[in-house]
Amino acid sequence: MSKTVSKRLTTVAMLASLGFLHGVAAQTPAPPDPWPDLVRDLFQSRAMTSDEIVALEAPVRAEDAAIVPMTLHLKSRDVGSATLVIDQNPMPMAASFKFGEKAGVGYVAIRVRVNSYTNVHAVSETRDGALHSQVKFVKAAGGCSAPAVKNLDEAAAHIGQMKYREFRSEEPGRREAQIMIRHPNSSGMQMDQLTHLYIPAHYVDRVDVRQGDDLIFSMEGGISLSEDPNFRFSYSPNGAKTISVEAHDTKGNVFKQEWPIGEAS
Amino acid sequence: MLRCVILALVFAVSCMRLAVAGTFSLEEIAPGVFAHQGQTALMNQQNLGDIANIGAIVGENAVAIIDTGGSVIEARMFIAAMQQKTSLPIRYVINTHAHPDHVFGNAAFVGPGVDFVGHKNLARALASRGAYYLEGFRAALGDAIEGVKIIEPTVVVDDRLTLDLGGRKIQLRAWRAAHSDCDLTILDEKTGTLFSGDLLFLQHVPIVDGSLLGFLEVADELAKIPASRVVPGHGPMVAQWPGALEGERAYLSRLTGDLRSAIKKGDNVADAARAAGQSERDAWSLFDDYNARNATAGFAELEWDTP
Repeated sequence: MSKTVSKRLTTVAMLASLGFLHGVAAQTPAPPDPWPDLVRDLFQSRAMTSDEIVALEAPVRAEDAAIVPMTLHLKSRDVGSATLVIDQNPMPMAASFKFGEKAGVGYVAIRVRVNSYTNVHAVSETRDGALHSQVKFVKAAGGCSAPAVKNLDEAAAHIGQMKYREFRSEEPGRREAQIMIRHPNSSGMQMDQLTHLYIPAHYVDRVDVRQGDDLIFSMEGGISLSEDPNFRFSYSPNGAKTISVEAHDTKGNVFKQEWPIGEAS
Repeated sequence: MLRCVILALVFAVSCMRLAVAGTFSLEEIAPGVFAHQGQTALMNQQNLGDIANIGAIVGENAVAIIDTGGSVIEARMFIAAMQQKTSLPIRYVINTHAHPDHVFGNAAFVGPGVDFVGHKNLARALASRGAYYLEGFRAALGDAIEGVKIIEPTVVVDDRLTLDLGGRKIQLRAWRAAHSDCDLTILDEKTGTLFSGDLLFLQHVPIVDGSLLGFLEVADELAKIPASRVVPGHGPMVAQWPGALEGERAYLSRLTGDLRSAIKKGDNVADAARAAGQSERDAWSLFDDYNARNATAGFAELEWDTP
């Protein structure tokens, strides 16, 4: 080996050992597309048509990884259910809604966690049994934003507290309301490396919302739903005087509340 | 040929690194108090994550490090620069909170006789966010993420704690959720120098990752701390105290006011996040990178607070 080559190799070895070579040589591979597996696991590989029966409104970029607003707009009264899937999240199924037959839900807006650059799918089923899907790409939040609970002490201290608001609806014949539930909706964590104390996930897994006895919607959710689950939606009033919520979490807690519906404006 | 190109590239990259290393600034801003100014930027491979202000306080027999920067490479340059200033051992490594630009250099300081000090919530924040940060910053930092490990505190501060560096006492104070849920400040009694961590932003738009209302309240309480100068988490290395708080308070107040009226009007979170705080846009760097995020989180918080 000539002196020059050996010197050059030494330099390369030195730089490599300092970690300088790494970024030059290695390229980050694109993550595999999880969607085919999700179609199999969540929708039993059933065929879907790509259309806008349920239109998904999602931001181009997640601003805060822990709170990303997304809205499902129901374009047909035949939609019986709709599921929001965040493909690259650890638990992709964020929320799955079943809509009451006469509820006339026009939209439902929720907030979710977005861990990384990801496709987000809205998959709906019309009452004829056909599946429809729409997809949007969402860029991950930058900086120190994380899909974690911001203020765990606060969330834990008020767990189960609820709030109800009504809004004037721009859709004729519909009313608009919002239901908020205090809950850390936490994904669980490994506490420390020495004791390996593990805190299990603790999240709201079911929420039923009714006007009188009639179902408006029922949601099954997971850890991709943001802390303090928040639902804003429109519906067709059936004349009932109250709106009620029953929420369940993974520790078996049941939270119930009922509010009078305001006079139609 | 290809090998030559690769070698040239490697050489160029390493020269760039050395240039960065050569310019790692560390100034004595008060007797025995050192500070380094990070760039007002997002963390990336070129700046090696060096975007936060970090510093050190030197007593008669020990050194306390305040934040470790955004990479192990930066932290090693910091250590080398400190060795030019003192031969005393590093006894404490204090993290002002859990964000990557303040803790990613921690691994460079691990060794016998070194305690890592943080807010009582720091370990929890690192546990729930650490893996995500390591994964999330891989793309932005490239090979500058090499060696970064999540190092948990060995000494925790519940409320207040005084550390003695030998003839020099520093007061640590843990705050309720504000910028984050594990903010810690450090006051050097001797020189009246306050290290605020990210409870104070200058130039760089403030970031709300704990509680908007908490941040405003804590800013009011911070103002009462009897210090004469402050090293903010971001922006100029040193500023006058407590006057330096004014810009941040104005921003947080405006954001709160805008969000409250949007909530009252019945706006949804996405619309409100686009509009709130925009009148402050010209006053700050990186405004478009963080304001909508602050507004989103602030909206979700204030919704509970608005009748």
